Amino acid sequence: MLRLEETTETSRGAELQKSFAKQYVTFRVGKLFFGVDVAEVQEIIRYQALTPVPLAPSIVRGLVNLRGQIITAIDMRALLRMDSFPPDSTPMNVVIRAAGETVSFLVDGIGDVIDVDATTYEPTPPTVNPHVAKIIDGVFKLERQLLLIIKPDACLTINPLPGGA
Amino acid sequence: MTEIDETVREFLVESMENLGHLDQELIALEERPDDPQVINHIFRIVHTIKGTCGFFEFKKLEAVSHVGENLLDSLRDRRIVVSQDIITALLSLSDALRTMLVNIEQSGAEGEELYEALRAQLAALNEVPGKKSSPPPAESSGTTAATAGATANGQGGSNQAFPSSEVDTSDELEKIFLAARDEFYAYSENTEQAQVAASTDPVASQSVSSPALSATLETKGPEATADRAPKAAIQSEGPKKSEIADSALRVDVTLLDKLMNLVGELVLARNQIIQFTKHQNDGAFVRTSQRLNLITSELQEGVMRTRMQPIANAWNKLPRIVRDMATLCGKKVLLEMEGKETELDKTIIEAIKDPLTHIIRNAVDHGIESPERRLAAGKRPEGTLSMHAFHEGGQVIIEIADDGAGMNVDLIKKKALDKGIVSEDRLSRMTEQEIHQIVFLPGFSTAEKVTNISGRGVGMDVVRSNIEKIGGTVDISSRFGQGTSFTIKIPLTLAIIPGLIVNAAGHRYAIPQVNLLELVRIEGEQLDTELEEVEGAMFYRLRGKLLPILHLRQELGLPPGNFESVETSVLNIVVVRADNHQFGLVVDAIYDTEEIVVKPLGKLLKGVASFAGATIMGDGRVALILDVAGIGRQAQINRGDTGGQADSDVDGESVEHQKRKLLIFEVNEEQRAAIPLEQVHRLEEFEAKRLERAAGRIVVQYRNGILPLIDLQEALGGDRPSYTDAVRAFVYQNGDSYVGFVVRRIVDIVEHEVNVQAHYRRPGLLGSAIIQGVVTDLVDLQALMDAAKLSATSTSEAACFA
Repeated sequence: MLRLEETTETSRGAELQKSFAKQYVTFRVGKLFFGVDVAEVQEIIRYQALTPVPLAPSIVRGLVNLRGQIITAIDMRALLRMDSFPPDSTPMNVVIRAAGETVSFLVDGIGDVIDVDATTYEPTPPTVNPHVAKIIDGVFKLERQLLLIIKPDACLTINPLPGGA
Repeated sequence: MTEIDETVREFLVESMENLGHLDQELIALEERPDDPQVINHIFRIVHTIKGTCGFFEFKKLEAVSHVGENLLDSLRDRRIVVSQDIITALLSLSDALRTMLVNIEQSGAEGEELYEALRAQLAALNEVPGKKSSPPPAESSGTTAATAGATANGQGGSNQAFPSSEVDTSDELEKIFLAARDEFYAYSENTEQAQVAASTDPVASQSVSSPALSATLETKGPEATADRAPKAAIQSEGPKKSEIADSALRVDVTLLDKLMNLVGELVLARNQIIQFTKHQNDGAFVRTSQRLNLITSELQEGVMRTRMQPIANAWNKLPRIVRDMATLCGKKVLLEMEGKETELDKTIIEAIKDPLTHIIRNAVDHGIESPERRLAAGKRPEGTLSMHAFHEGGQVIIEIADDGAGMNVDLIKKKALDKGIVSEDRLSRMTEQEIHQIVFLPGFSTAEKVTNISGRGVGMDVVRSNIEKIGGTVDISSRFGQGTSFTIKIPLTLAIIPGLIVNAAGHRYAIPQVNLLELVRIEGEQLDTELEEVEGAMFYRLRGKLLPILHLRQELGLPPGNFESVETSVLNIVVVRADNHQFGLVVDAIYDTEEIVVKPLGKLLKGVASFAGATIMGDGRVALILDVAGIGRQAQINRGDTGGQADSDVDGESVEHQKRKLLIFEVNEEQRAAIPLEQVHRLEEFEAKRLERAAGRIVVQYRNGILPLIDLQEALGGDRPSYTDAVRAFVYQNGDSYVGFVVRRIVDIVEHEVNVQAHYRRPGLLGSAIIQGVVTDLVDLQALMDAAKLSATSTSEAACFA
């Protein structure tokens, strides 16, 4: 009987695992903990010199030179309508392919690459702040916190805040 | 679309190319009807097409080209003389072939059309008058002899009378060649061989099993020596053909694009290395980097050239178009083309084909007058259309000029007013040149009737935007009665451009050199004397003309620089040009010109009009490339009223066609009005009892100050309403002070296109437009304030509004 139960568990898990990546790159923005499918992450680099773009939407912190490629750096705190990064901070760059181009997410800190248990998945709870809900595709209930799974494409299609000085 | 086989695709590509050449040669034939080379060439082209489509079993194509080939054959042998009808028929042949090829490309089949009329026409033109002909001279080359015979054979002996009496050796040879060639085609598997066979009759070749042939060969044994001579003559033609085929290579365009990108990256890396060498003392390193520098430059040039093609590629269809248009319009036009070999990048050539065609069509249709009118004006009956292309200053310049009627300013003005494209007010302030520019506005056309070709009014604005899309500019210059000329300027390269590096607020920006006119430096006293301010906008007197001045810091929303509050001794101005606007851009510092690789901006930044892209500087930092046209447009929109600038151009009027944010309100029950939203500082509602009187005006206490109120219903000619409970108003910022305008009701804030129709002009109104389906007046707040004698007064209290 035990075996029967096990089989049921694993087959359900297998089904769930079909739709979710097994490994996520994790990072922190403010107090929130996010994960991105490992397959979508190109690289993670430390803070790079940014060229600001005047008049750009406020979520665009600037442009970064990544080995000859110019990529847009997106301020994740601004995207989530949190307080800005402290003035002297050096946010890390999570370089991601999204919507056909390469962009970088500026985040507070990088976590490990983790495997998740597909059974802990839940669709985005309705109580989540709408700014956050717009860019995530569900959560995993980890031991000590919620892992919010980011949809990179959604970060580029959000109506950006109008630009200003 | 049906899947096309690879070989069929190649056939289509080749044949289209050949048809292009065919057209060119036919036009050449018109000019030089006796030139045997031209006729020969035309024959070979049609012959090739016939041969290859036979292989593919495109029967209709083959049938049509076959009849054409027969006619050309007769021309080649001078049995027929070239005439206008023949050329027209051959042009129709070219069209028919092209149509069928396009059908094949789109659906895999030639289409339904059998072209019987065309075939009959071509056959009729091939009738030799009198059915008499002289036998081909014995000493002529074997090819001619053979094809003469072929004509007879091919047409079932309609016109050729074979020389009766003595059977010539050459006559028999004809039969041999002819039979051999036909057999060869039947067995030929290779299009190239078929081509070669056309000129080199392979008597010597392989398995020819025609009984007629073997019979003739047997009986003509002793004549073997005789046929060796023509054979030799023929074969000497063979190698000549293949030489031409071998000197060029077909390369996939995407591969070339890839090479260009790589070269672009190499240029960037080279720039970075050069930066490092500036601080290096190691001789060997410096020398090696110099070598790298030279090699990179040459490589860049070389790769650029692979994509360069002579502008003739864009021009070669024009003679035909001019000819057709002229015939259609009943005009005589002489086309002169100079600078055909001027080279351009392939993408540019593709991009200018349509604009050039449109300009040419316009010139023939509207520019050049009919022969009668020309004669009456004392001109020659044929008009001249001249095209001139050349390189200058890193750009390709194309000048298209006609000696036609020139542009009629009055007609343009009238049409502009009729179509509501420009307001009467603006028109009265325009110079003649500015009026010429009106033709570039969308929706404009002076054609009295819309013809098939032009006159729909969608032309010149599309021409301009197409050219600007590739970074070029187009200008027009005209003298009434004498002619018009268009000047197109296009930067030579797309991805790597020279740019002037400037600094604003601590960051570097690049200004494309194509937009650059000059650099001006103003110091000391000149700051007072040569800079002027008009209605809040700054101007500089540049050689007598007023140049609008923009501050780059301000346009980019950056913090203002020192020179605005403290007197500094120097002002750096970069005079730029875009969209036919000129203005000066004040920057903090000017560095040098560098070659920069243009990289596109990501999705999120595409909407920022002020930037055209980004680049990586020598030190690895990213710098933004300014979009001069975008900055100019943005500045006009921000200023709202374009009438304030003394030097503004016609293009400012197109702002009226863009969507603008408007505040719509009711002046009274029947009348709606609107103003640009940017003029609204705040919307307010006051209780009627708060209204007071001061200096003969209604005012209200507002934020520690006194806000004068203008009742719009009263100001626009109505009665002043009695205020009962709530008074609604919008507050307008007038310099340092504020003015309130009372309305009956705020209706909405919309983003809407404003198409001003200046019908019921009243003081205080700019005109009316249809917004949200309702006729809405556009209010001129400034005029109303002037009328109410409300000048800008600043009080310390008013300052706290800010």
